[in-house]
Amino acid sequence: MNKEELKVRIEELFPSSVFEEGTEWTTVVIDPAGWEGFARGLRGAEGLELDYLFCVTAIDWKTHFTMVYHLTSTVCRHTVVVKVKLDHDRPVIRTVSDIWRTAEFHEREAFDLFGVVFTDHPDLRRLFMTDEWKGWPLRKDYEDPVNMIKL
Amino acid sequence: MIEEVGTTEQGDLVINVGPQHPSTHGVLHLVITLNGETIKKVEPHLGYIHRSIEKMCESLSYRQFIYVTSRMDYLSSHINNHGCALCVEKGMQIEVPARASVIRVLMDELTRLASHQLWWGAMAMDVGALTPFFHAFREREAINDIMEETCGARLTMNYMVPGGVMADIHPDFQKRVKEFIRFFRTKIDEYDELVTGNIIFKSRMEGVGYLSPESAVSYGCTGPTARGSGVSCDIRKLYPYEVYGQLNFEEVTVSGGDCFARYKVRMQEMRQSISIIEQLIDNIPEGEFLAKTKAVLKLPKGEFYSRVETARGEFGVYIISEGGTTPYRIKFRSPGFSNLSALDLMARGHKIGDLVAIMGTLDLVIPDIDR
Repeated sequence: MNKEELKVRIEELFPSSVFEEGTEWTTVVIDPAGWEGFARGLRGAEGLELDYLFCVTAIDWKTHFTMVYHLTSTVCRHTVVVKVKLDHDRPVIRTVSDIWRTAEFHEREAFDLFGVVFTDHPDLRRLFMTDEWKGWPLRKDYEDPVNMIKL
Repeated sequence: MIEEVGTTEQGDLVINVGPQHPSTHGVLHLVITLNGETIKKVEPHLGYIHRSIEKMCESLSYRQFIYVTSRMDYLSSHINNHGCALCVEKGMQIEVPARASVIRVLMDELTRLASHQLWWGAMAMDVGALTPFFHAFREREAINDIMEETCGARLTMNYMVPGGVMADIHPDFQKRVKEFIRFFRTKIDEYDELVTGNIIFKSRMEGVGYLSPESAVSYGCTGPTARGSGVSCDIRKLYPYEVYGQLNFEEVTVSGGDCFARYKVRMQEMRQSISIIEQLIDNIPEGEFLAKTKAVLKLPKGEFYSRVETARGEFGVYIISEGGTTPYRIKFRSPGFSNLSALDLMARGHKIGDLVAIMGTLDLVIPDIDR
């Protein structure tokens, strides 16, 4: 499906979807509350079949976080980007590791570096940092007098 | 993590593999649960070589950050640089000269050959054959010499820059590459004779570490790991960049899903890379090797994603720009990270000795995983 067709199909399934304009791929912005149902829809709905989650990341916008999920269908070869806006003080979102298994590691990475909490995650622990590490290194307000690398 | 090691209540043995172990090819630490010799669980512990490259890149300019990416997957440094250069070019809408485009593809394929050669040697060594390692390094040395002549470095090349390549190819480049291809064509047949048909090697590989096509997609596996399960995922074919769209080559997929299938994919990929190099080496267009760009690069506000096929799979660069001279946030989607996540699934139920064979066919490069 091309960008417009994808937009129509997603709107059909989730009428309240908000789309971002001027992007390379179809980009949907949603609330964290509806994320699980939305994700299941994207994975399972006929014509969408987005089965390959190739990039998961968080962005710290100082006022809020954005989780970005890049999805591709290996059947239909189209790509959809989903953005979920999270509260800066309490960044909590439902895990999708039961829908796309690759998310388990990627979400652990986002937890480790940004402090985003994924509810129902099977094994939410630090991934790169040691268990005793304090703070979330990729946040914009992160300061570490000892280990900070400034170039 | 040391306190986890020991015997569990069920009588299972929990042991460490790595972080300093010859078969982990770097500082990978696995905590494995064993019942007798059978693996019940594999849990990777990462971060021994984590340098927070993404954070570092936030304070580097769009010309500087590319150099850091050579230090991630050091066996595919050209291709990492290529992905980053493509992303910056996409944002700045820079047109790359035809000459640079062909040189880039040639360098990518030489890198892929060198990377697969090292993998082949190390893979055979992992399952107990020491000789292939020396064969592989002899041939790889020839590629390193070619790289050194043109790029000035043997491992972290930093040759690709936004707009093209840093310098023109060495006057002897074409001659040297042709000599190498002629030499390597005979050697790759020797590789097959030496290892591929070997009955001991085959029995170590066949039926070990099965990965179904569905799992490969769900776990985000790419590159030869997924193509060994019959999943078509070659970025060069699906989303062609540079001159790949005009080239005549095949995407290698083998539907076995076991270690031997992944082995066969890489062996055939080497032949495909040779074919690509042969198609291009006499057809390097004349002209500029670097487009004219501004001294200071500023990406417009927005986000840009580029993906390339490294020797290990899909490498993605995601830049979020606020319009300044440095990226606001940068994310590297490394192929090894996702491939590693499927290790637990593949290794369960196999013997501890098979774990090394499975890791070998995943072709893990730890700095690429830890970033």
